[in-house]
Amino acid sequence: MHAHPAASPAAVGNAARSRRRGEVLRACALVGPALLLLLVLFLLPTLAILGIALTDWQFGAQSLSFVGAANFQEIFADATFRASFGNTLVYVLIVVPGTVVCALVVALLIEADSRFRSFYRAIHFLPFMATLAAMAIAWEALLHPTIGLVNQMLAAIGAPTANWLRDERTVLPVLAIIGIWQNLGFALVLFMAGLKAIPRDLYDAADIDGASSWMDRILTVTLPMLGPVSMFVVIVVALRAFEAFDTVQMLTQGGPGKASELLLYTLYRESFEFLRTGYGAAITVVFLTIVVSLTLFQARVMDRKVHYS
Amino acid sequence: MSAHRLSLPARLTRHAVLIVTGGMMLLPFVWMISLSLKPPGEIFHGGFSLLPDRWNAWENYTTALTAAPLPRFMLNGVAVCAAILALQILFCAPAAYALAKLNFRGREVVFGLVLVALLIPHQVLALPLFILGYQLGLLNSYAALIFPFVVSPFGIFLFRQFFKGIPDDIVHAARLDGLSEFSIVWRIMLPMAMPAVIAFSIFSVVAHWNDLFWPLIAVRQEELMPPSLGIMAFKNEEAGNDYGPLMAGASLVVAPLLIAFLCAQRWFIEGLTAGATK
Repeated sequence: MHAHPAASPAAVGNAARSRRRGEVLRACALVGPALLLLLVLFLLPTLAILGIALTDWQFGAQSLSFVGAANFQEIFADATFRASFGNTLVYVLIVVPGTVVCALVVALLIEADSRFRSFYRAIHFLPFMATLAAMAIAWEALLHPTIGLVNQMLAAIGAPTANWLRDERTVLPVLAIIGIWQNLGFALVLFMAGLKAIPRDLYDAADIDGASSWMDRILTVTLPMLGPVSMFVVIVVALRAFEAFDTVQMLTQGGPGKASELLLYTLYRESFEFLRTGYGAAITVVFLTIVVSLTLFQARVMDRKVHYS
Repeated sequence: MSAHRLSLPARLTRHAVLIVTGGMMLLPFVWMISLSLKPPGEIFHGGFSLLPDRWNAWENYTTALTAAPLPRFMLNGVAVCAAILALQILFCAPAAYALAKLNFRGREVVFGLVLVALLIPHQVLALPLFILGYQLGLLNSYAALIFPFVVSPFGIFLFRQFFKGIPDDIVHAARLDGLSEFSIVWRIMLPMAMPAVIAFSIFSVVAHWNDLFWPLIAVRQEELMPPSLGIMAFKNEEAGNDYGPLMAGASLVVAPLLIAFLCAQRWFIEGLTAGATK
C-alpha cells in the first residue's frame, strides 16, 4: 500500500493509483452497508410514497391505477382531513407560543442566580423524556370528570368544572397543554444554552450605560441577543407539535366528533386502519411537505445564527 | 448574568415561581404514583391526599405485573432498544469514519444523501416500510420492530462530526501499525468518540423505548409489544377503569428512563437535545 522510498516516478504514479483504488474499495466496504440501508429504508420509501400518493391503491388490492392529483383533491374536500388540518394548526398555534414563552421565562429565572440551577432544570426537563403513552394515562386520571384532581380543585374553589377530554370545546386546548407540558423542558434547555452564549462584556457595557437592574439587562441585552435562538426554538417546537400523535391515540381517538383529529392520527387511521393506501400516502405527502419546509427553514436560521455566536 | 447578586426578595421570588412551575411539571408524575398506592375505594372517593389511608401498593403493582404481561413488555423494550442501538452503531460508525477520514470519489454525494435522509421524519416512512415489511413477511415479529431503524442518518452525521475532530496523524499511525480500516473504526475512533457514542445511545434508547407510532403499526400480538404499546393494550383491556394497577403499570414503564435520567442528567440533556435538533 505504501510507495517504495526509492521508486521511479512511474512506479510512484502506479502506487498512488493503486492506493487510490484501495481507498475506494475500503470506502465501499465501510460506507456500502449504511448507504444501501439508507436507500432501502429512507430514500426509496420516500420516492415510493410520492408515487403511491398518485394512485388509488388500497392495501391488499391486486390492481391499482394512476389517478394523478385526485387523492389530493379528495383529501382537501374531505371533512375529516379538513378538520384534522385545521385542528393541527390550532394545536401548533397554542403549543408553540405557550412552550416558547413559558420556557423563556423559566430559563431567565433559572439563569438569574446560581442556586439549584441544575435541580430546576432537571425537574422541568423530566416530562420531555418520560414515555408519553404512559404519562397520557396519568393525565387522563388528572382530568377525570369526577375523581380527577383538576376538577376537584376547581370545585373546591367554586370554579366551573368540565369533562375536559369529552367536550368539543376543551379537548384540543387540553391536548395542547399536555403538549406544552411535554416540550417545555426541551425549549428550556435550548434557551439556557443560548443564554450561556451571550458574551459577558455586553452586560458590562449595558451596566456602564446605566442598565443596572435585572429587568433592564434582560430588555437591553438578553432578549435582543436571544433573537436567533428563539427563532430556532420556535421552529423545533413547531416540528414536534406537528408530530403530535401519542396523546390523541391514548386519550381521545380524535373525538369527540372530530374535535381532536390531528394530522398524524388521521394519517395513521387512513393508512393502517382503513388501509386506504393511496389516500394515506397523499396525507403523508402533506405532512412531509410541512416538516421538510420547516426543517429547511430551520437550517437557514441555523446558518445565520453562526454570525452571532 | 449572575455578575450581580440578586436582592433577597428577588431570590425568593425566583424560587417561588420555579417551585410552582416545577410542581406543575411534576404533578402528573406525583399523581400517577399516588394513585398507584391507593385501593379502589379511596381512588373513587377522590380527595387531595397524596398518600393512601390504607396502602394498596403491593396489590396494585402485583396486579400490574401479573394480570398484564408487563415484565414481558419491559423485556421486549430492552431487547428491541438494545438490538436497534447495536445495529445502528455497527452500520453508522464505519460509514461515518469513511466520510470523515477517507478521500474517495462520491464522498460528497454520499454525505448529501445522509443529509437528505436526515430531513425525512420517520412517520413518513411508516407506510412504505409497512408494505415492505408485509412483502418480506416481517410484520408481527421482533424484526418488524427493529428493521426500520437499523441505520440512523443522525448517527452517521453525529459520528462523522466527532471523527473529523480526531487528528489524521492518529489514523496514519494506526495504519503504520498494520491495523485494518475496520479495526481503526472499532479500536481507535469509537473509543475516542465516547461522548458522541453516549449521547447517541441515550437519544436512540429514549426514542425507541417511548415510541408508540411504529410499534402500533408493526405488531399486533401482545407477546411482542414494547412498553408504550403494552401500556396502551393494558389500558384498553379490562384494566381501563382499574386505576390502581393501571397507574402502577404506567409508573413501571416510565421508571427506568427517569431513574437513568436522574443518575446522568447532563448526558441525557445533551443527547436528547442534540438528537431532537439534529
